Amino acid sequence: MNAITQKIPGDSRISSRIHVPDSGMIPSGGAAGVMIKVKNLNFYYGKEQVLFDNNLDIKKNHITAIIGPSGCGKSTHIRTYNRIHELYRDQHATGEIIMGGRNIISAAVDPVDLRRRVGMIFQKPSPFPMSVFDNVAYGLKINYKLKKGELAYRVEQALQRAALWEEVKDKLNEPGSALSGGQQQRLCIARSIAIEPEVLLMDEPASAIDPIATAKIEELMLELKSKYTIVIVTHAMQQAARVSDYTAFFYRGVIVEYGDTKQVFTNPKEKRTEDYITGRFG
Amino acid sequence: MNVHLQNEIEKLKKRILTIGAYVNDAIKDAVKSLRDRDPKLAKRVVDGDVRIDEMEVELEEECLKVLALHQPVATDLRFVVAILKINNDMERIADQASNIAERSISLADQDKMAYPEELNQMLEKTQEMLNKSLHALIEMDVDLAREVISEDDEVDDLNREIYKLTQQSISRQPERLSCFINIMSVSRQLERIADLVTNIAEDIIYMVEGEIIRHKN
Repeated sequence: MNAITQKIPGDSRISSRIHVPDSGMIPSGGAAGVMIKVKNLNFYYGKEQVLFDNNLDIKKNHITAIIGPSGCGKSTHIRTYNRIHELYRDQHATGEIIMGGRNIISAAVDPVDLRRRVGMIFQKPSPFPMSVFDNVAYGLKINYKLKKGELAYRVEQALQRAALWEEVKDKLNEPGSALSGGQQQRLCIARSIAIEPEVLLMDEPASAIDPIATAKIEELMLELKSKYTIVIVTHAMQQAARVSDYTAFFYRGVIVEYGDTKQVFTNPKEKRTEDYITGRFG
Repeated sequence: MNVHLQNEIEKLKKRILTIGAYVNDAIKDAVKSLRDRDPKLAKRVVDGDVRIDEMEVELEEECLKVLALHQPVATDLRFVVAILKINNDMERIADQASNIAERSISLADQDKMAYPEELNQMLEKTQEMLNKSLHALIEMDVDLAREVISEDDEVDDLNREIYKLTQQSISRQPERLSCFINIMSVSRQLERIADLVTNIAEDIIYMVEGEIIRHKN
């Protein structure tokens, strides 16, 4: 492990030693299978900088959890992976996010195509105001010209993979909003995976649903990682510990520690990580 | 700051130290009963083991409660897991103390022969190791814990020495066979106590540093 000394923005007294695995920011497991390579990512809301030189390797077909206190930049960080921040005024990112050999935050990359490859699930289930079937078919209709039978097959497949098919197969024509919170969230996951993305970003996907529905989402994540690369932002530390392979701890826009989830939760290298996950923060 | 969890952890620490104090007394009294050939004191040690068994079960239940209700991580998780293991080792040390006390009752009935000097050294050494490990636990002192671990070999050597000596003595004085067997048995219990104390020291290091050092020489 290297140790980089880096200043924590907004607190000139703190000089943090940040442990990063040897070859760049790849946790143990080597360079193979890096899906997204984040290099010196900085982010600004207007003139205010909120992310500072973030470096991170997101490993393919693994689940990476991003944890940290409110306002530390976790959501801002993952929102750059599909440039959804560009939909808002006065927000911009610098640095590199390499995916498939290209810097996806450069103007040369089409953001619409990028968002097809990098899907996003939000905190609050957000089904479109249309039927269950049409919710899942929506992205397919926009992206592909499919025959009716093929469309129905792809919708069923996505709902199967989102572990929702058995519960909704008899109410495909009912409005998506009529489903329970947990079902709505799985519907959103089905909608995302219907168009075969490579990466699924999940921004607190289980914070608005009950523990049983949460368990279903977590089981689903573990199923889905064989096919997709998943990055989850979560406030629920136990959820990060349960589902993820790697964990990054963010504090004031800086990645304080990034490593194997098991190591981060049993023996973190950084005192601030330890203080945060054990509730001694502040 | 998760005050509730910290309070629970403080309670676990108090309980383990209480058990430690009971176990320490059990060993001290077992050794004293052996030296003074005092069967009454030895009987008290044997009877007292029940209380230590009860405390062990209570502490284990408390640890399980903390794990289930608070789902601790990092240093807190290591603390609770280490306490669970230390608790178990303490109870087994108390069992060994009780075994020594039983030997001591048996030896009190037999003719008064001097114990080998090596046995006296073992008695001293194991008590010292237990004391140090309890101090290391109170202070979370890994240096002291490492000292305890390094002393285990000495006790092992003494045990081997006593084994050889009693073997020779048995062939010279076969009429005292039962007495020598008791001495050999005490030596074996002391050697086991030193092993268990070493486990405790290893768990203290895990608790503080997060590294499992067992089986690494």
